[in-house]
Amino acid sequence: MFSFIVSRLLQALPVMLVVSFISFAMFAYVGDPVAIMLGQDFTEAQRQALITDLGLDKPFFVQFLSFLGNAAQGEFGLSYRLSRPVAELIAERAPATLELALCAAIVALAVGVPMGVYTGLYRNSWLSRFFLTFSLVGVSLPTFLIGILLILTFSVWLGWLPSFGRGDVVRLGWWSTGFLTWGGLKALILPAITLGLFQLTLIMRLVRSEMMEVLRTDYIKFARARGLPNRAVHFGHALKNTLVPVITIAGLQLGAIIAFAIVTETVFQWPGMGLLFIQSVGSADIPVMAAYLMMIALVFVTINLVVDLLYYAVDPRLRIGRGKGH
Amino acid sequence: MRAFFQSDLWWSFTRSPVTVASAIVAFICIAGAVLAPVLAPHNPFDLASLQLMDAFKPPVWGSEGDATYPLGTDDQGRDMLSAIMYGARVSLLVGFCAVIFSTTLGVALGLLAGYLGGKVDAVLMRIADIQLTFPSILVALLVDGVVRAALPRETHDQIALFVVIFAIGISNWPQFARTVRGSTLVERNKEYVQAARVIGLPSLKIMAQHVLPNVMSPVLVIATLNLGFAILAEATLSFLGVGVPPTQPSLGTLIRIGNDFLFSGEWWITIFPGVALIIMVLSVNLLGDWLRDALNPKLR
Amino acid sequence: MMRRMMLAAAMLLGLGMAADALAQARVVRWAASGDPNTLDPHSQNVGTVSMVLRQIYDPLIARNQRLGLEPGLALSWTQVEPNRWRFVLRQGVKFHEGEDFSAEDVVFSITRALAPTSNFGIFVDTIERAEAVDRFTVDIVTKTVDPILPNKLASIFMVSKGWSERHNATRPQNTRQREEMHTVRNTNGTGAFRMTAREPDVRTVLSRNPDWWGWREAGNVGNVTEIQFRPIASDATRVAALLSGEVDFVLDPPIQDLNRLRNAPNTRVVEGPEVRTLFIAMDTFRDELLYSDVRGRNPLRDLRVRQALYHAIDIAAIQRTIMRGQSVPTGTLFPEQVQGFVREEDVRLPFDAARARALLAEAGYPKGFEITLDCSNNRYVNDEQICQAIAAMWARVGVRTRLNSMPIAPFFAKIQRDDTSIFMLGWGVPTLDGLYSFQSLLATRNGAQGDGIWNHGRYSNPQMDALVQRMKTQQGAERQAAMREALRLYREDVPHIPLHHQVVPWAMRSNIQMPHMANNEPQFRWAVVN
Repeated sequence: MFSFIVSRLLQALPVMLVVSFISFAMFAYVGDPVAIMLGQDFTEAQRQALITDLGLDKPFFVQFLSFLGNAAQGEFGLSYRLSRPVAELIAERAPATLELALCAAIVALAVGVPMGVYTGLYRNSWLSRFFLTFSLVGVSLPTFLIGILLILTFSVWLGWLPSFGRGDVVRLGWWSTGFLTWGGLKALILPAITLGLFQLTLIMRLVRSEMMEVLRTDYIKFARARGLPNRAVHFGHALKNTLVPVITIAGLQLGAIIAFAIVTETVFQWPGMGLLFIQSVGSADIPVMAAYLMMIALVFVTINLVVDLLYYAVDPRLRIGRGKGH
Repeated sequence: MRAFFQSDLWWSFTRSPVTVASAIVAFICIAGAVLAPVLAPHNPFDLASLQLMDAFKPPVWGSEGDATYPLGTDDQGRDMLSAIMYGARVSLLVGFCAVIFSTTLGVALGLLAGYLGGKVDAVLMRIADIQLTFPSILVALLVDGVVRAALPRETHDQIALFVVIFAIGISNWPQFARTVRGSTLVERNKEYVQAARVIGLPSLKIMAQHVLPNVMSPVLVIATLNLGFAILAEATLSFLGVGVPPTQPSLGTLIRIGNDFLFSGEWWITIFPGVALIIMVLSVNLLGDWLRDALNPKLR
Repeated sequence: MMRRMMLAAAMLLGLGMAADALAQARVVRWAASGDPNTLDPHSQNVGTVSMVLRQIYDPLIARNQRLGLEPGLALSWTQVEPNRWRFVLRQGVKFHEGEDFSAEDVVFSITRALAPTSNFGIFVDTIERAEAVDRFTVDIVTKTVDPILPNKLASIFMVSKGWSERHNATRPQNTRQREEMHTVRNTNGTGAFRMTAREPDVRTVLSRNPDWWGWREAGNVGNVTEIQFRPIASDATRVAALLSGEVDFVLDPPIQDLNRLRNAPNTRVVEGPEVRTLFIAMDTFRDELLYSDVRGRNPLRDLRVRQALYHAIDIAAIQRTIMRGQSVPTGTLFPEQVQGFVREEDVRLPFDAARARALLAEAGYPKGFEITLDCSNNRYVNDEQICQAIAAMWARVGVRTRLNSMPIAPFFAKIQRDDTSIFMLGWGVPTLDGLYSFQSLLATRNGAQGDGIWNHGRYSNPQMDALVQRMKTQQGAERQAAMREALRLYREDVPHIPLHHQVVPWAMRSNIQMPHMANNEPQFRWAVVN
């Protein structure tokens, strides 16, 4: 067990290194923070002084190494755009993204699993066909279009739900939550649906195919032969067996949700990390962008590690060649 | 050919009206896009032909509609129908190329991993695993960003298309590699492969001529489903402003532009490119779905 | 028991106060696309910062609703000697945190704006020093005669000396220091509103300062008790939020949505000209253009080619379709609100494609040439669309134009390296005096503060330089003559192709009355909410 964890950690390390290099290199030449920080009026001397002070005149690798050293200590410097510590900015935005991602995941699971079970059990029913078509339409619509259409319908035409932002948030220490107020909850609905829709269809299809496969297995046939009621067979035996891959995929998809939040947050002006990232891209705010990418990488590596460990705990045989991928 | 029409596949195809319909729609989309230079009423890329005074013309059935612009014009006086046809061309080009790229890469690496096994297999599959944990859109964003940063700005427009294709393609190979590896593992131990080995055929030849044809059908399914994804990924990248250059607008770029006119009353600029994209992706996805069910007898 | 009663009493009190506040609350929820990137009053000279700070801080000299000068923290100002201005200060003014306002704060603020880390150099470039004469009188000594010092001072906010020293912020925020400055997130002004909450990129709340000196002045009938500012970058979302009643005031509604906002039952649009002019600037310096297929010579150095490109532009079509009427086509450098404007010089070369082709042929380019137009895509109203249209118009006279449009950050970086052949820029004039434009855009770059710092086509004409020198020092009719002469030269020499002055629409809920400001900075002290 211990050596397994160590080997996985050792594999995670190069990943982080590569990502940190990419995240630094990616934006090293895009935009010019100096021009943005100076504004409309300045002298050449001011410009040079700023370049020197930011360390932008040093060789690329020197800049990268100092970046790496600082990053290891969680020190990403000051945002060019907001003149505030990057770590603080990200910590401030993380609750918004994480709450949104959580709600999106809940939407995806709470709706996707029952739909998947239903379509798996009643493959040829009218409703199943509708669900399947619906899921295909959902997959075929780009996220940004879904968000805009939802705003148009529920905010502008019907006036039921807010079109942007988090509504009223309550501060609990450093965490800010929208779960405790009516306005905050209302503001969550549209973005969560937009973000969760794609995962919803994914989970529905996954549950459906798993159900169909499990229903064909011998022990289900045996359970039926024993005369167990359908309900017990479907939910006690079949669904239970489909849940392991579903939970794995859902876990892995949490990373995808956080990544796709970039688009959703842009459409809904959701003050999370994705929006911070996009705003930083617009003003070439290298420290923020680099920190965001590294943090995302860390989240993914962690999720991956946890999933691996869970698998290991459940079934050591699965150590190599993880079950069904997607 | 005759064998094809007598096959199970054709039979299952004709039995599903939805599939037939989506095949027809997909064919129309592809034909319209490929033949755009011949069929489109205008050339939207010819700057000198644009008439700014013709901007914001509604579709032909609108009160101020103009027969020369069947679906109306955009803010630059560009014919929407032509723009959509040319845009679909770019979208399809990116989609097809990206899928071909990831298929080739994935199949080759999957074959190698499955056939050779051992260290090669372990390393390749580990890389695939790691990449699978990153959402492909993020990988595409990253690759896109790195390539853009590494190259001077002036060359961006010329190579932007290849960058997008590469970014989307590279983000999807692991799916193919995993599937092919799995089937290869099975095929490798079959008698015909063992026999080929015994008579001393080189490994590459065995892989290409004997194993490959037998592992292709799942690849076909994944490729079809991936085409829809690739088109959407291109649209999303273009929507975020890092896709194809605006001088060569794809459907994604058109939607991004149309987004600005959502509330303004010029609904045709927003709606038509979006509808075109949805129809195209939906028909491709429906085909892929059918193909998967048809080629997977277990599910029937 | 006692505690419980006290709690109940406190709750009742709280409820009562809340109900009271509700009855009188006049909250304006204000949205714009950008958020201030700092709140330091002397650090960043950009519109997104000053539009918020102007609610909180006062300058010595304020601007009225028509941008004329009026007493702010100074009651009067006189040029006692050519190089010495005297300001008599308002008495009894307090900063939001309680400090008394006096002459030493003025001296401190001017000195602070003069610091190297300040981005307001062009407003104080002529100032030698400020001296306190007595508690409520200040002298400002200039290095040279500066006739427009009052115009410039309208852009310099007054801060408290004691507060700044206490919080270690005696110099403007230096973005280079690896530490955060108090002034980046905190404010302490004398203005009509004080900041009560600040979450960068999310929300900034300003509450009415009941002790503001201006409430006692005539004409200040504003009744807003609280401003909630929220940045919303996406155009569609900003409009949706206004239509659905989630915000009350949108500073920058997209112009394609104006009709809808005008016709919606609960919203209205007020519009007026902005002091910002869009033009196309050209590289007239290099012997060979960086981005063109012409080798061995620079076509843009030929006046006929510049005129041809000018004649090729159908500005009326741009105004009608792309700007939807929200622009004032112009043939000159700045709009009429700016001191120095001459109506007779505001004449465009007419749209005439045939003439453009003839001029090109005459200059030796009968088949035209190829060129790359650099353009921003998120800075000015419909900037990218304007450039697209211009590219098409030039293509029609044979100048094959490649459009290179990009976000403001890389765009500014590119043109500031002079790495461009031809580009579009929009120029605002905060001093409302023409010198600001001539000096920055058309003077030869010579290393001196302000001269030619935005002259990225590197236009250089000794005549123009001499005129700029005259504007800097002369006064009255002589100075006006220099401006007139410079504007004539601008029209004849075509260093730029002027396009239009922007018109800025503001959209708001129908229950808000608010005067439109040509500097695009709303003043909520004048806003009335019904």
